Amino acid sequence: MSKTNVDPLEKPRFYLEEDHHPESSTNLGFWLYLMSDCLIFAILFATYAVVGRNYAAGPSPADLFDLPLVAINTAMLLLSSITYGFAMLQMERNAKAETLFWLGVTGIFGAIFIGLELYEFIHLIHDGAGPSRSAFLSAFFTLVGTHGLHVTFGIIWLITLMVQVSMKGLIEANRRRLMCLSMFWHFLDVVWIGVFSFVYLIGVVG
Amino acid sequence: MTPMLKRFFQISLALFLPLLAGCNMVVMSPSGDIAAQQRDLIVISVVLMLLIIVPVLFLTLYFAWHYRRTNVNAAYDPEWHHSTRLEVIIWAAPLAIIIALGAVTWISTHKLDPYRPLDRIDAARPIPADARPLTVEVVALDWKWLFFYPELGIATVNELAAPVDVPINFKITASSVMNSFYIPALAGQVYAMPGMETKLHAVINKEGEFDGFSANYSGPGFSHMRFKFHGLNQQRFDEWIARVKTQGTALNRDAYLRLEKPSEKEPIRYYASADKDLYSSILNLCAENGKMCMSEMMHIDMMGGAGKESAENREKLEYDNRRVERGENTNSPTHPASGEPSRSPQEPNSTVNDNGQQPMQHDMHNMPGMDMQHQGHQAPDNGDGNPAPTQLNNNN
Amino acid sequence: MFSNPDLLKFIFGRLTLEAIPYHEPILIVTFIGVMLGGLALLGVITYFKFWGPLWRDWITSVDHKKIGIMYIILAIIMLLRGFSDAVLMRAQQALAFGENEGFLPPHHYDQIFTAHGVIMIFFVAMPFVTGFMNFVVPLQIGARDVSFPFLNNFSFWMTTAGAIIIMLSLFIGEFARTGWLAYPPLSGAAYSPGVGVDYYLWGLQVAGVGTTLSGINLIATIVKMRAPGMTFMKMPIFTWTSLCTNVLIVATFPILTATLALLSLDRYVGTNFFTNDLGGNPMMYINLIWIWGHPEVYILVLPAFGIFSEVVATFCGKRLFGYASMVYATCVIMILSYLVWLHHFFTMGSGASVNAFFGITTMIISIPTGAKIFNWLFTMYRGRIRYEVPMLWTVGFMVTFVIGGMTGVMLAVPPADFVLHNSLFLIAHFHNVIIGGVLFGLLAGVNYWFPKAFGFKLDPFWGKMSFWFWLIGFYIAFMPLYVLGLMGVTRRLSHIEDPSLQIWFVTAAVGVALIACGIASFIIQLVVSFRKREELRDVTGDPWNGRTLEWSTSSPPPDYNFAFTPVVHDHDSWYDMKNRGYGRPLQGFKPIHMPKNTGAGAILSTLSVALAFGLIWYIWWLVAVSFVAILAVAIIHTFNYNRDFYISAEDVSAEETRRTELLARQV
Repeated sequence: MSKTNVDPLEKPRFYLEEDHHPESSTNLGFWLYLMSDCLIFAILFATYAVVGRNYAAGPSPADLFDLPLVAINTAMLLLSSITYGFAMLQMERNAKAETLFWLGVTGIFGAIFIGLELYEFIHLIHDGAGPSRSAFLSAFFTLVGTHGLHVTFGIIWLITLMVQVSMKGLIEANRRRLMCLSMFWHFLDVVWIGVFSFVYLIGVVG
Repeated sequence: MTPMLKRFFQISLALFLPLLAGCNMVVMSPSGDIAAQQRDLIVISVVLMLLIIVPVLFLTLYFAWHYRRTNVNAAYDPEWHHSTRLEVIIWAAPLAIIIALGAVTWISTHKLDPYRPLDRIDAARPIPADARPLTVEVVALDWKWLFFYPELGIATVNELAAPVDVPINFKITASSVMNSFYIPALAGQVYAMPGMETKLHAVINKEGEFDGFSANYSGPGFSHMRFKFHGLNQQRFDEWIARVKTQGTALNRDAYLRLEKPSEKEPIRYYASADKDLYSSILNLCAENGKMCMSEMMHIDMMGGAGKESAENREKLEYDNRRVERGENTNSPTHPASGEPSRSPQEPNSTVNDNGQQPMQHDMHNMPGMDMQHQGHQAPDNGDGNPAPTQLNNNN
Repeated sequence: MFSNPDLLKFIFGRLTLEAIPYHEPILIVTFIGVMLGGLALLGVITYFKFWGPLWRDWITSVDHKKIGIMYIILAIIMLLRGFSDAVLMRAQQALAFGENEGFLPPHHYDQIFTAHGVIMIFFVAMPFVTGFMNFVVPLQIGARDVSFPFLNNFSFWMTTAGAIIIMLSLFIGEFARTGWLAYPPLSGAAYSPGVGVDYYLWGLQVAGVGTTLSGINLIATIVKMRAPGMTFMKMPIFTWTSLCTNVLIVATFPILTATLALLSLDRYVGTNFFTNDLGGNPMMYINLIWIWGHPEVYILVLPAFGIFSEVVATFCGKRLFGYASMVYATCVIMILSYLVWLHHFFTMGSGASVNAFFGITTMIISIPTGAKIFNWLFTMYRGRIRYEVPMLWTVGFMVTFVIGGMTGVMLAVPPADFVLHNSLFLIAHFHNVIIGGVLFGLLAGVNYWFPKAFGFKLDPFWGKMSFWFWLIGFYIAFMPLYVLGLMGVTRRLSHIEDPSLQIWFVTAAVGVALIACGIASFIIQLVVSFRKREELRDVTGDPWNGRTLEWSTSSPPPDYNFAFTPVVHDHDSWYDMKNRGYGRPLQGFKPIHMPKNTGAGAILSTLSVALAFGLIWYIWWLVAVSFVAILAVAIIHTFNYNRDFYISAEDVSAEETRRTELLARQV
């Protein structure tokens, strides 16, 4: 309402008599959180870009990375994103049991991903290529490890939500939470694609 | 400097000189040409900004006084809140000043780049064709300064000397933490960082004794990490060299490793000779026997690393924990009250400057200078002049 | 059992009796003072049976107004600590010449200047600013709370937890001796093996969580919760600057978090990000920390600009000149603040073109800042200026800030910076803008919004005393530092050799004494105002003839802020409402939907202090236990679906009727 078309003598409405409910801020708030988290990853990627070739007269990506293993790992995470999508579709249909089923599948894929990552880490450390070997390995372990920690927390969150959905059903609050976790999960997927191509593929091939 | 700028500068200086009288502002009245040009920049930027700041200050005080509530004669217009003309002025005026200052900045930053070799001795004199710059390699130690004169073969601690009107090429590094090499009378400061080399080109135009110090906090001994810089005429400089050579001892790796231990308020020391590759190995963090030089490491890394079977390289490259490894207390005691006394390495043959003067011939270039191209951050040099990849930009 | 070193080590990590500084008289006296004060406070709370209300109405409160007030109380307490550090430093530098070593050995002095910087930035300026944004923004946009009230409470307690961690270092162990940004390699494990840097890291990490979340919360609030009719270009300027500030917070604090996390990994795990050896790169830390650090400066100063804008319009009785250009200037500053970080280390040896680029971008920031100064100036033009205390601060700011701005632009010319960098000139410059800009703004804000928060004005006499002591004290304390900088004196010296410089340091110390009088006057002002509160009472809710929505409700505002959501037609909406015959609604009240209080934030923050303490002292069992506990409390909190309630229409009606009666009695 611009000022020109208000008659100064006519009293405009200065307050709402009806109950006013601003729209939910949860989506925006969670997006903002994701972007701030994204910045943390950006810094870790930037750090990797700066010191990623400082091998300290030690092993390089080509010496260390097992691409087939990482490819399987990537597939697990991508599949988990797809199954999370199925869970969301079932949620839209209000099918509680199916939603829980797909959430469970997502969690299992996520757990396999974490398991494979831990296997890779243990293998590297066993080979003397731990995070304190060189700046390259410090950056590698930190970037991949931070992603892995996020996935781990995602799994804990997922389990919590599964319990909550089974207790309370697909109520509004739980739908909102499932939506947030969905964004979080897909976000981690996107970050992993970055890790896979930037760290592993370019490291071994490029 | 164009004539107009010059004139402008003269007027500005005339305005400012009265303010400077009374205290010894070394930054405003330096003795080296580089510092003098930097001083000029300070004055120019202040005067440019005063063009706008003086009116603003005046208007603030005037409006604040004139439009006080008790002054009922002042105009009052509660709805007046926009004027396109004024808006244009309030954005354009600072913009104009910043355009002028930006131009000055762009030109002067390139001209006074510390990595750029000098093109003049002072405002009136260009560099003579036969001028041979003096190279000084500076190492910031915990908490003293070590200076190598590679062309003269000597080294000193906590005392620096140079002949007047001779360009000086400083190459600067540090042994453990970051410091900043600063002689206000000579030129602006440059950081001294371990494992890296920074550069500074400067010239001293007046004889005298000037203060030098670290301008970047580096630990408990920082406050006393000071040295005197002597601007000497050629004859006295030659005498000074002779004194260093007669009174000094030899600086080899062992002597360096003793010197490198943290100590405070270190006396002046002279070294009549210094190992030729010592500076380069300090720069490459391999002064200690059995350590791998960073230049070698960078070469290996550039070639794609040393593969999985390279565990022994890690030990050869460990540097930061050298004092713990040697079983020394580190310079930072764990808890506040231990207030560890400063330690001086026990070096029997250290010499304190007694200001004696013994003239002696010297050979200014018995060691080839190791000038390198200016490429932003210079990576450690492995001594034979092959530049290693730079630290920041080695990800291509 | 105490003979078993392994067991002791397991229980206490590296914490030993030696870590208690009982051999430091200064600290013992402080400790006794803090203990006595603390006991007295606890006694008073117990005597007046205040524990219940304290827990129910404050600690667990999700009300943005109370959280805002608690932030500001935290800031004022920490100001006293940070200022004590300043006094110690000034005293040491005024004494320690020649033979005299002063009373602070380097290992103590170095902690003090580090703590001073850390506390003043993170635990004074930040909570002060956040407190104002919390208190004012929802009121200014006609909202009943922030978007995420529980998160707000949690953020506050995390900030407090960070402050507690830093304060613990005073009496248990030591604080960092690295300077406030903890540059490696000095802050690395090899050169700072003690707990000082760990206190620094975990204190900032814990507080940083709070700051980031509070930033997200306030952005969401401003974007989503504005009253109907309040388009972006009708938002009050303080809300605008808050929006830009919070965008900066969300876009920079994660960088700080990541950078400090990498340094922590270097110290705890032995990684090589910022070490000298094995491929580490300390310059990377310096770049990263300033990519956060420079925007941080604008995080502090933009809200202060917002406060001045509100104050100047109110006390000139005039619309702000150039609202639109003020908004654009704020946004331009927000964006440019990301493009200047390298000017903090021109002397690192980057190429001339890089230095020149960052120097010029820095100068460009002075253009919108200059425009802002002109806008305030022309708001005063043809105004009717009432010299209440907030306006005094504003005029003091305008004069002081332009001087600080000028010296800032001098430092932005790289070759000039080569001679001024790290000198006392630099110290004088940033105190000139932080005291003259941020702190003056915050104190203006305290005097301006205090009546809104508590229902009575602050005593003007002591307010004016505080202002003049601060203003004159500032000039006497910092002008000598400009001169010393030009004499080539560098910062962070615990001992100075040249005795001819002593007079300048003594002058600066006198200035600090005057500032101490200013702070004392401020405290006296609070006490006197509280005792004279009936005399200073304001029942109108609008003591200054304000222009924005916060002045339309009662002082202090009811829990629900507005009985009816206001509708906005103009950017000085309350002024507009008053002009056009707004009548306060007296009936038709409806139940109001409100969030419930919760103790989860305070519990999580307590556990975070335990976690940080365990990490600092290597008490791994405590780390494990508190980490699991944090997870458990967070998860249990999510099982609570019952987070809101309705204030009944009768209660709203009773509250509003009370106000109607008060207003009637006033007329």
